[in-house]
Amino acid sequence: MRPHQIRRLFGNIGFGLSVFALVSPAILVFLWMLSLSFKNELDNTAFPPVFIPTHPTFANFIDVFEKNDFVTLSWEDFDLFGRTWFSYPSIGGYLYNSIVVSFSATGLALLVGVPAGFGVAKSKAHKVAALIMIARVTPGLSYLVPLFLLFQWLGMIGSLLPLVITHLVLTVPIVVWVMIGFFEGLPNELEEAALVDGATIWQAFRFIALPLARPGIVVALILAFIFSWNNFIFGVVLAGRETRTLPVAVYNVLTFEQVSWGPLAAAALLVTLPVLLLTLLMQKEIVAGLTAGGVKGG
Amino acid sequence: MSGATSAMGLRGRNYARQYWPFLVPAGVIVFAVIVFPWIFTLYMSVMEWHVGSAITFNGLANYKRLLTDERFLWSVVRTLYFTALAVIFPMLLGIAAAVCFHRKFPLRGLARTIFILPMMATPVAVALVWTMMFHPQLGVLNYLLSVVGLPMSSWVYAPNTVIPTLVMVETWQWTPLVMLIVLGGLASLPIDPYEAARIDGASGWEAFRHITLPLVWPHIMVALVIRTIDALKSLDIIFVISGGGPGTSSETMNYLLYLEAFSFYDMGYASAIVVVFFVIILLISLLLFSSRRQAY
Repeated sequence: MRPHQIRRLFGNIGFGLSVFALVSPAILVFLWMLSLSFKNELDNTAFPPVFIPTHPTFANFIDVFEKNDFVTLSWEDFDLFGRTWFSYPSIGGYLYNSIVVSFSATGLALLVGVPAGFGVAKSKAHKVAALIMIARVTPGLSYLVPLFLLFQWLGMIGSLLPLVITHLVLTVPIVVWVMIGFFEGLPNELEEAALVDGATIWQAFRFIALPLARPGIVVALILAFIFSWNNFIFGVVLAGRETRTLPVAVYNVLTFEQVSWGPLAAAALLVTLPVLLLTLLMQKEIVAGLTAGGVKGG
Repeated sequence: MSGATSAMGLRGRNYARQYWPFLVPAGVIVFAVIVFPWIFTLYMSVMEWHVGSAITFNGLANYKRLLTDERFLWSVVRTLYFTALAVIFPMLLGIAAAVCFHRKFPLRGLARTIFILPMMATPVAVALVWTMMFHPQLGVLNYLLSVVGLPMSSWVYAPNTVIPTLVMVETWQWTPLVMLIVLGGLASLPIDPYEAARIDGASGWEAFRHITLPLVWPHIMVALVIRTIDALKSLDIIFVISGGGPGTSSETMNYLLYLEAFSFYDMGYASAIVVVFFVIILLISLLLFSSRRQAY
């Protein structure tokens, strides 16, 4: 081999190593999560740690669904004619809470955010965009103090509604932000042609801009859903025992109940699994949305 | 652009105003959940307001109390310390990662997806796994340290290591966002200057230093501002992994705000913290934005 080929070879090896160094922390943590959740208690408390389960087991996952306090769907309390089915919530209950909150907050945000993004993009209302940027800058807790008092005053604490409403703080800005960028990137000619032909602005939006914006809506939907699903602090403050979302429920296991590592890791894995799968499947859309959102942030 | 102007010409200047109905529904929600809380916070911050007792006006007393409250002042110092570290490391690693991912290599898409997983994953879930990894006796990290012959660390269980440890998790989690923003900048670079540089015999490093860096600088600054704001606001990781402890050694402003509002139910004082916190965030972002023009 010639010197420059050798140099290139070493360069490539070095490059490969640096890529490996960059991705390995992510891989290690998630593999460790996987390892913890598939090991029995003996392996999990062994030192030196056991990396590959000696007796791989689903027991931890079964635990999450059945045995553990945190997840028991106790049939005695499953009173069909009583007021609630989830008087002592199960993971089914928490999952239900998370799904209701994230889907409602995302759905509502799309409903109001997509037209708003269109309106801002077309009327060049940049002050509105700036307002939304300030919303991103403000810590989430700062909305929570006044809203908590308001919900308390209205007697709404203990239902899912306050959670849905506060999650709008997360979802509406991201949807509007992504949609502004998307509508600004669409060509105006088709809409203008429609307007010249006598269509109303609403018709131009509904039948021309909206179909074209479908990819942007997908990006906004995914990001809003993930932000809402992952949110923790709003739930900590606003959720009662029966209205905890999944992240809050998992956190409560850690602090208030003595629990072994296996089921805890299994629960953590289950909570984050939908988001991880969504990221793996839709990585192109997510990257596009985040870069646009981030770069446009300037 | 030309399209917009011609449409304006077509319908006159009021054309843009016809879009306001599209803004109304979102405007109502933004007012209710974002603008109203801001105003209400300002109002509360000048009140003596404990949940369950009478609400009285006390002027600037809450703000005066902040200035002499050692617990609060220390939380500001800790927040700045945490933020400085949690900006520097993700920025350096994120820029390096962006340069790596800008180059084409086999399995690049997969590697990039794996790289951004920490940022997308549910913070509580990954924080729980980190907590188990930090366990002083059974944790995998101390085992790994002992394998390579380093002394074991007390991670989040000692006052002097807790913040650097939390910064490590924060770096793990948020380097991908810096990478994505800078990668977006690299993707939009023109090719011409590089060809000119190559003809002139510039080395790879020289090309990076004198062409790439100045051109992506705006993107780096955007990433810097976003990262700084997010680091100042960081809460989930601290909340789950250290809970502000041991003692108060990882109690940042945001965490103290949580305690004042929802453990001590001192809403007036908490609101004053929110206002000061917001002003600090705003000042730092403005500072960074104004320095953006000078650097290159």
